[in-house]
Amino acid sequence: MSVNNILEIFYILMGIIMIFASIESFRDKENSARIGTGLFWLILGIIFAVGKYLPNVVIGLLIVLIGILSLMKQIKVGKIKEVNKEIAERSAKKLGGWLFFPSVVLAILSILISEFTNLGGQVGIGIASVVALILAMIISKADAKTTYHDSERMVRSVGTAGVLPQLLATLGVIFTASGVGDVTAKTISGIFPVGNHLLGVVLYCVAMVIFTMIMGNAFAAFAVITAGIGVPFIVAQGGNAAVVAAIGMTAGYCGTLMTPMAANFNSLPVALMEMKDNLGVIKQQVPIALTMLVIQIILMYFLAF
Amino acid sequence: MEYLKLIGIIIIILGFAFKLDTIAVVVAAAIATGLASGMSIDSVLNILGKGFMDNRMVSLFFLTLPMIGVVESHGMKQAAVNGISKIKNLSAGKIFNIYLAIREVTDAFGIALSGQVQFIRPLINPMAQAAASVKHDLTDKQVDLIKARAAATDNFGNFFAQNLFIASSGVLLMASTMKSLGHPVSTTSIVLYSIPVAIITFIIVGYYNMRFDKQFNK
Repeated sequence: MSVNNILEIFYILMGIIMIFASIESFRDKENSARIGTGLFWLILGIIFAVGKYLPNVVIGLLIVLIGILSLMKQIKVGKIKEVNKEIAERSAKKLGGWLFFPSVVLAILSILISEFTNLGGQVGIGIASVVALILAMIISKADAKTTYHDSERMVRSVGTAGVLPQLLATLGVIFTASGVGDVTAKTISGIFPVGNHLLGVVLYCVAMVIFTMIMGNAFAAFAVITAGIGVPFIVAQGGNAAVVAAIGMTAGYCGTLMTPMAANFNSLPVALMEMKDNLGVIKQQVPIALTMLVIQIILMYFLAF
Repeated sequence: MEYLKLIGIIIIILGFAFKLDTIAVVVAAAIATGLASGMSIDSVLNILGKGFMDNRMVSLFFLTLPMIGVVESHGMKQAAVNGISKIKNLSAGKIFNIYLAIREVTDAFGIALSGQVQFIRPLINPMAQAAASVKHDLTDKQVDLIKARAAATDNFGNFFAQNLFIASSGVLLMASTMKSLGHPVSTTSIVLYSIPVAIITFIIVGYYNMRFDKQFNK
C-alpha cells in the first residue's frame, strides 16, 4: 500500500469525526444556527471522507458554500456540554501525571515514524494519533460512547477556526497559480534590490511583523508575505526553505504580541483580569517582541544561507 | 493590468483589519485573485477545489482531537492545575518562569492549555500577587503590571514553542504552503528549525522576568 493510500485512510477517519460533529450540531436544539453549522461539518466531512472521488469543481463549489454559510452567520459553535468538573477532578486525583502520557506518546511517536520509516510525517501523525487515542481510552477506561462525545465536543468547539489554516494554504495555491508572488516581487524589487541576502531577510521578517499587526493573524500574513517576499527574496536566492518558513512564522508572532488586533491574546486577559490599562499586556510584550525580531533576523540570515 | 492580481492581498488585509467574517474573506480573496488573473469561473472553482484537496494535510490536527477530548474530560487540566499550585515560596518572577517552562514543554507535546483562562487568571496571577506583596502592599499600578506580565508570559511561551509540535496547525500550514509555493519542506525540518527560537525565548524572557522582581524588593 502506498503512502498516499494509507494517508487516504486517515483522511476518511477525519471525515468520520467531522460527521460526528455534524450529527451533534444538527441535534443541538439550542443553537439558532444549527442547520448551517450541521451543514458546515457535513460538507467538510464529505470532502475529507470521499472528496477524492468528487470532481475538483464540486469541491470548489462546496467551499464557496461554506464561505456563504459563514458570511450569513449560519455557523456557530452552539451549546457544547461542558466537561463534568466533579468527574474530572476525581479522575485527575486518581490518574495524575498519566493523563499527559498519551500526548507525549503522540508527539514522540509521530517524530519517530517520520524519521525512521519511509512513511513520512503525515502518516506518522495519523498512526500516532490513533495509538495515543487507544492509550488514552485504556488509561481513563473511557468507553466508546464517552469517546464519541469527547470527539464531537472537541471538533465542534474548534469551529470555523479549524478550517482556516487549510483555506489559507489553498489561497497560497491560487496566489502561485495567478503569479501574485511574481508581481509583488517585481514591485518590491523596483525599490529594494533582489539578491542581497541580508536585505531580503530583513524585508521578509519586518513585513511578517507589520502585516501580522495589521491583520491580527500571523497565519494569514504567512500565506501572503511568503509568496510575495519570502520565496523570491530568500528561497529563490538559495535560502533554506524550512528555515525561512519556521523563523518567518515566529517573526510574525512578534507582530501578534504588539497588536490590539490579536484580541484573543492581548485583550482577552485585560477583560478576564479586569485590568485598568487596556494596552497593559501589549506594553509588557513590546520589549520582548522587538528583541526577538532582531534575534530572528540574525538567526534566519545565518541558518538559511 | 497585472497589478489587478494583487486584489486578493488587498481583500485579505482589509477583511482581517476590519474584522469581517474570516472564512468568507479568504474565499472571496481566492476567487477574486483567480478572476483578476484571467481565469474562468470554472477554472477558479477547479483550482480552489484542487488546492483544498492538496492541502488536506494542514487539517491533520483534527485527528489528535479525540485523544485530547478524552484526557480533558478525565481531568487533564485539573491535573495540570494541581501540579502548578504546588509551587510555593517563590518570587513573582520565578513563578512566571516556572510557568513559562511548563508552557513551552506542554506546547512541544501538543498539550493545548487555554492558558489565559485556565491558568493565568485563576492561578498564576494570584500566586504572583501573593509572592510580590510579602514585603510591601502592592499599589494598584503594580497589581496591573503583575496581571499584564502574567498574561504576557503565557503568550511568550505559547507562541514561540508551539511549532515544536509536529502536528500543530502552524507547522502543517507552513509545510503545506511551502509545497504550494513550489519549495516542499518536511514537517520535521520545520520543527528542527523552530528549536533555537524556543530556547532563546526561554532565556530572554527568563531574564526579563527575573528583573521584574526588583521593583517589589525596594
